[in-house]
Amino acid sequence: MLDATEGHTTADGRKIGPVVMEMKNITLRFGGVVAIENISFDIREGEIRAIIGPNGAGKSSMLNVVSGFYTPQEGEVWFRGQPRPPMKPYQVARQGIARTFQNIALFEGMTVLDNVMTGRLTHMKAGLFSQALWKGRAEAEETANREIAERVIDFLEIQAIRKTPVSRLPYGLKKRVELARALAAEPKLLLLDEPMAGMNVEEKEDMSRFILDVNDEFGTTIALIEHDMGVVMDLSDRVVVMDYGKKIGDGTPDEVRNNQEVIDAYLGVQH
Amino acid sequence: MFYRAAGQFKTSYRADQALFPVRQDAMLLGFILILAWVVFPLTASEFAFQTLLIPILIYSLAALGLNILTGYAGQLSLGTAAFMGVGAYACYKMVTLMPWMSPVVAILLSGVFSAGIGVVFGIPSLRIKGFYLAIATLAAQFFLVWLFEKWAWLYNYNASGAIQVPNLQSFGVYVSGPQATSMVQYYVVLAVVTLLTWVCINLTRGTTGRIWKATRDMDFAAELIGINLMKSKLGAFAVSSYIVGVAGALFVFMWRGAAEPNLFDVPLSFRILFIAIIGGLGSILGNYLGAILIVGLPVILGVLPEVLGMQTDSALAEHLNTMIVGALIIFFLIVEPHGLAQLWRLIREKLVIWPFPH
Repeated sequence: MLDATEGHTTADGRKIGPVVMEMKNITLRFGGVVAIENISFDIREGEIRAIIGPNGAGKSSMLNVVSGFYTPQEGEVWFRGQPRPPMKPYQVARQGIARTFQNIALFEGMTVLDNVMTGRLTHMKAGLFSQALWKGRAEAEETANREIAERVIDFLEIQAIRKTPVSRLPYGLKKRVELARALAAEPKLLLLDEPMAGMNVEEKEDMSRFILDVNDEFGTTIALIEHDMGVVMDLSDRVVVMDYGKKIGDGTPDEVRNNQEVIDAYLGVQH
Repeated sequence: MFYRAAGQFKTSYRADQALFPVRQDAMLLGFILILAWVVFPLTASEFAFQTLLIPILIYSLAALGLNILTGYAGQLSLGTAAFMGVGAYACYKMVTLMPWMSPVVAILLSGVFSAGIGVVFGIPSLRIKGFYLAIATLAAQFFLVWLFEKWAWLYNYNASGAIQVPNLQSFGVYVSGPQATSMVQYYVVLAVVTLLTWVCINLTRGTTGRIWKATRDMDFAAELIGINLMKSKLGAFAVSSYIVGVAGALFVFMWRGAAEPNLFDVPLSFRILFIAIIGGLGSILGNYLGAILIVGLPVILGVLPEVLGMQTDSALAEHLNTMIVGALIIFFLIVEPHGLAQLWRLIREKLVIWPFPH
């Protein structure tokens, strides 16, 4: 029995809703290499879903399929109850899916505030003419979206650096700014690709707290890839385990932890 | 020091997003605008108009156009001069086909043609980046200059193959051609440059500017954040080429008075690229500083010996001039590789907190 079923309330009192995203029999090939082989899993509203697996298991490829960067050869992606036609990444973003990257992909030449404001783009509709004159809709939008951007900045405690160019920031803060940029889009589904890679214990604790807070306060559905098992087991409601492009486990952290196949994949088996 | 932000508190995001959050900046700009609109025209000689004021403004505008494309949107282009040529020839055709048209309107419309051509030559940017794109735009450079030479309709089949700017009036005043005075032409150039600079400032500090900068800094992240890269890149080509085209029309109609196809050859493209790089890519102010250095400094160095009463051989003076300007360019690039605008930004940061280091 899965912990995060519909209508179920988790131990800490969060509501888990219906399925928002469903991957149905996804197969992704690069030439002869099969990166993902016939994988199905779903993500429910309000949950934190982890994807784990050894290096090269196809986790990032999976995330790239979700965010529209790769189009799978077989299988369907269902989002909010409808099959999603093949679309460009920017169209996926406009559907309300935001993500962060394994290697930070911030806009280095811009300030923190500008980066977060860029995250608001999908909500800004002013025409070129209005923007050129900085009058009417453009100005109103700029102010209204600034307010939301500032709320995200407050939430992630990066007020002091809001006007600092991103290129001057240390690694840990950059990761946080990237989360801010993704959050600013007010996504329905937030994809985090190794949010804690390369961090020390303290930074990991901070980041874990932020992820939990985001999920808790905004009710954002989160799918994340992470290598730190302690973090994954503590944060997530359900875990998908991948190995060599195949799904070898799916369930609550406890179930996955005791799954023989998963243990084999991580520790190796005697042949 | 008098230049500081202390005591200027912002109580709304609107105030914080104002064009000049620091009052002294607005005052400085006001001062420069008074100089440009009142003091210079009243005091400048014909020589100053023709060798300093008008060309510096026109080159600044061309560099501004290039800077939108290369500095903000990150698309390297070596075709600037060709797009200036499109603007100039479009303007020439418009005023000769429709003589009733005001030359100022024609100049502003000529940018539309260069914008269209710019978008066409911007299509390769959807596939290639960096130096490879630069080579693709170089193709535009060669093709368009060839077209200016071979397509006789463009220069109304005249024997010389060059375009001659006719005498044209706007509001009863001669604006272009031999009968126009330098002061009128200066004001036309200044008005166009002021307007387009203001538009560029607004575009680059808002949504469009962020879209361009995101495309420049990290294109795949930009796409995954909801930016349509095709629209972003081609939009940058359109806006940039529009400005460059207007600069080209001003270049011929308000300054040179005549143009041959080879005027718009590669050296002009490089000159504008130098202005943009030395002034600072990704900056509006930088274009003006760069143009003053590259266009203005040689002129000032050229007349300096005469002013100081020194007798020099004119050839020697010219060579010295080239060497000094070259050395200065290298000096500035070593001191601040991000251009003069960045130098000013750093000075400003230090001034605001002076005398303390933090």
